[in-house]
Amino acid sequence: MNKIENQKAWFFVLPVLLLVAFNAIVPLMTVVNYSVQETFGDNTFFWAGVMWFEDVLHSERFHAALGRQMLFTFSILAIEIPLGVAIALTMPRKGFWVPVCLVLMALPLLIPYNVVGAMWNIFALPDIGLLGRSLNALGFDYNFTRQPGDAWFTLILMDVWHWTSLVVLLAYAGLVSIPDAYYQAAKIDGAKPFAIFRYIQLPKMKRVLTIAVLLRFMDSFMIYTEPFVLTGGGPGNSTTLLSIDLVKIALGQFDLGPAAAMSLIYFLIILLMSWVFYTVMMRNEAQ
Amino acid sequence: MKNVNRFVPALYILFLLLPIYWLVNMSFKTTNEILGSFTLWPQEFTFENYITIFTDPTWYMGYVNSLTYVSINTALSVAVALPAAYAFSRYRFLGDKHLFFWLLTNRMAPPAVFALPFFQLYSAVGLFDTYWAVALAHTLFNIPLAVWILEGFMSGVPKELDETAYVDGYSFPRFFIKIFIPTIAAGIGVAAFFCFMFSWVELLLAKTLTAVDAKPIAATMTRTASTSGYELGLLAAAGTLTIIPGAFVIYFVRNYIARGFALGRV
Repeated sequence: MNKIENQKAWFFVLPVLLLVAFNAIVPLMTVVNYSVQETFGDNTFFWAGVMWFEDVLHSERFHAALGRQMLFTFSILAIEIPLGVAIALTMPRKGFWVPVCLVLMALPLLIPYNVVGAMWNIFALPDIGLLGRSLNALGFDYNFTRQPGDAWFTLILMDVWHWTSLVVLLAYAGLVSIPDAYYQAAKIDGAKPFAIFRYIQLPKMKRVLTIAVLLRFMDSFMIYTEPFVLTGGGPGNSTTLLSIDLVKIALGQFDLGPAAAMSLIYFLIILLMSWVFYTVMMRNEAQ
Repeated sequence: MKNVNRFVPALYILFLLLPIYWLVNMSFKTTNEILGSFTLWPQEFTFENYITIFTDPTWYMGYVNSLTYVSINTALSVAVALPAAYAFSRYRFLGDKHLFFWLLTNRMAPPAVFALPFFQLYSAVGLFDTYWAVALAHTLFNIPLAVWILEGFMSGVPKELDETAYVDGYSFPRFFIKIFIPTIAAGIGVAAFFCFMFSWVELLLAKTLTAVDAKPIAATMTRTASTSGYELGLLAAAGTLTIIPGAFVIYFVRNYIARGFALGRV
């Protein structure tokens, strides 16, 4: 759409700007402030320069948490995106079952994060949980509170359970927006189902899928409550993702300087990767 | 092929419902039964857990608190996002693209990063432990999202609509309220749905910013879990009850969602 140049439009944006700035800039500056200072706990602060940043960037603990975070984020993206698309493709397009499917599928999205964690905890417990009990009955030695592998399996399964529906809803919206004429044309040309998917459905879903990847990337990188309630970061440190580690340092040990420096590095990583996604997305839209 | 097509969504929905079933199942059991035996459905069916929640103010006030701040947040986010989204979709102005991206960056800020500074900020302005603290804090990620969604919807409305209204002698506020808002009602529904959703499910900030008076139900649950040991039945009942408002909201917006997703950005 052709937009009109109008500087007065700023007045429309002003309320949003003020509210978001109050919430974003003051806390962000607080974090920046802590990240360059040292304190001994009696409310006196000393200039520390980039010391904390160097500490964090060289710390094994941060590398390990970041590695686990990457593994988690890319695993769930690799599972949820294809699975979501596959389910959206098989969903009915019209009729009685459409609203039923939509309502049931959207259900996990509206459950508070800690309830999701608690629910999966009691679902997966090896003695009283349906999943844990069943797996053990089938002969697997499954115990997510003791074995790191099982903890990871449960964590990823929980996230797939929780968020695949978002991908399904987005992909489904992309699919229903394709006019029937496209399918009729494909039929006349004698296109195989895979060809229809590759040349009609996939290109039409591209925009919503980019949004799905972006949202899932951001949210999974920030995930805190669900793994915290499910495993508490354990056993050991095996499921301690970035946020969990950060809260341990900031609120548990009250090491404000290192926590602040880590926060900024963490935020910058998300920002950088989201910027890449955003640029790619905008370029696609411009085409 | 047709049969396979029915099979996949059915199987997926079954997978979604299993953990929820287990939670509901637990909520009707006595603590003895939960810890003592493994049963697929309650043997001694009991409402005791629900009765506890509905008679104890520390429990049921949690729901009232949560619903209050979520409602304030949703109304506030959508109200301020409307004019902003209109500006982004209709006008070019100095720094518009940068501003838009900056707004989105706030959607990317991990709550864990902001928990402590938020606590200090809201204590300093005297809003700590009020509904407003949580409602305002949640605008950090809900306003950018609402602007993003609404901008998508508004860009889909042809500009001729605005121009015709001006020719017909409508003033801007009258045009905006009488014509424009009803036109994008579906978009407002979707934006409100997402604001409700993300505010309802968020816990870390809500927990950090409240102590007693405005404590959300989710926080009541975690504190109960840690203080009174292992009251799994009670916890399951509270969890089951948190699913209900969400289910209602989805039911009301179900038609908007499919349509809204297709038109808008999210």
